[in-house]
Amino acid sequence: MLTLGIETSCDETSVALLRDEADILVNLIASQVDAHQLFGGVVPEIASRKHLEVLNPLLAQLQKETAIQWQDIDLVAVTHGPGLVGALLVGVAAAKGLSYAYRIPCQPVNHIEGHIASNFLARPDLKFPMLCLVVSGGHSDLILMRDHGVYERLGKTRDDAVGEAFDKVARALGLPLPGGPWLEKTAREGDPRAFEFTPANLEPSLDFSYSGLKTAAAQAMQKSVKVQNEQGGESRVADIAASFQRSAIRQLRRNVERALERYPVATFGLCGGVAANGALREELKQAAEAAGVDFVVPDKVLCTDNAAMIAAAGYYRFLARPEAQQHFSLETLEFDTHSLLPVA
Amino acid sequence: MKTQHLTTNQDETRALGETLSRQLQPGDLITLSGPLGAGKTTFVQGVARGLEVATDATSPTFVLIIEHEGRIPLLHLDAYRLENKCFDAIRDAGVTDFLDRTDAVKLIEWPERIADFLPTPRFAIVIDYGDNDNERRIEIIEKEN
Repeated sequence: MLTLGIETSCDETSVALLRDEADILVNLIASQVDAHQLFGGVVPEIASRKHLEVLNPLLAQLQKETAIQWQDIDLVAVTHGPGLVGALLVGVAAAKGLSYAYRIPCQPVNHIEGHIASNFLARPDLKFPMLCLVVSGGHSDLILMRDHGVYERLGKTRDDAVGEAFDKVARALGLPLPGGPWLEKTAREGDPRAFEFTPANLEPSLDFSYSGLKTAAAQAMQKSVKVQNEQGGESRVADIAASFQRSAIRQLRRNVERALERYPVATFGLCGGVAANGALREELKQAAEAAGVDFVVPDKVLCTDNAAMIAAAGYYRFLARPEAQQHFSLETLEFDTHSLLPVA
Repeated sequence: MKTQHLTTNQDETRALGETLSRQLQPGDLITLSGPLGAGKTTFVQGVARGLEVATDATSPTFVLIIEHEGRIPLLHLDAYRLENKCFDAIRDAGVTDFLDRTDAVKLIEWPERIADFLPTPRFAIVIDYGDNDNERRIEIIEKEN
């Protein structure tokens, strides 16, 4: 079975072709493809209707690399939320157009569901029930998955997502872009116990909060700059970065540990852009091992927003309800850009 | 008209936002300025509570715009990532559509990053750190009619 995935929910325009559940034939992400090769220009960096300029050349590139004809495709999977409506509409319109023109069933997919599916691209044989931590610039979600397509949200952020806190603190510390990876690099040079940034604790809720930590780190930076200007001495940037990262990760680990105590699961999966952080991977691997559950985290390229994960999520969702969607109909195209994670 | 307020904790900042929300009408534009961590999100949470928004007022930094259902719809835009962008990029990010909305209260964080493209807001709010860690000075400037 061949699934075409389309993702345009935020900054990345991406298309992918997936064979069956985990064989990625091609996974093109606009920002990672040579822009001139693609369409002779610079890939726009901000989420917008600019997806419109990139999507068709990217689909043509996919056809070129795989020698696929659209009529050979069995399913089109597309992100229909959450995200910026103007951005989402571009992908949704393209998916509906292909679906209608070539009589291919179309499967709308929730973006967070896509991130979760990236764990199954890494390891299709994962056992349920499974706990998933989705951490990115826009999301911090703790999700219990009892089967494919069956989700229960155990925790979410109440203000800033963890990836956003990494980016903003990196900026406050004067680090270059992209903020997250630079903060991790800088943190390796610092003392993680130099500053006491107490992680937010919303017990008994499993929700997250990163606004207060962001403020504390920004204030520590302001004060240390003032001290340095008045009294001289070493820069504290690395210490603040290390202390911030320790606190940010402690909050994630603590909520994961609480969830593992409350819900007996077979597997714990980490996914989303922040899952590329080495310190986080290590901490959560330890937490999973201590609880005796199988730990999985996808390759870094599958942690960022990409269409292969959307194709995978669409594949599982489509197979779960074959009777309703085995045949193309106009009804299957009646979906909008307001996806909520389908919670059981 | 300009009013100045001093809050000593997050609850007071949130309450100030809630108080302001009672004066808001559909179509009103509000700008929120202040350094990282000053409490802009906290203030927005207060406005959202006053507008009877049931969902969390989470940060729109990455998705740019979040729409909340409430007594009056609340549109929350964060221009943080739109710095140094030309008009086309800002329009394509949906900012002009946002500004055209007359049915909703429109709140913009980091307005200075797209200042050239913004009309005068009904309320301009400036939040800054006070003398103590949790203290904030909040200035509310209302446009004269």
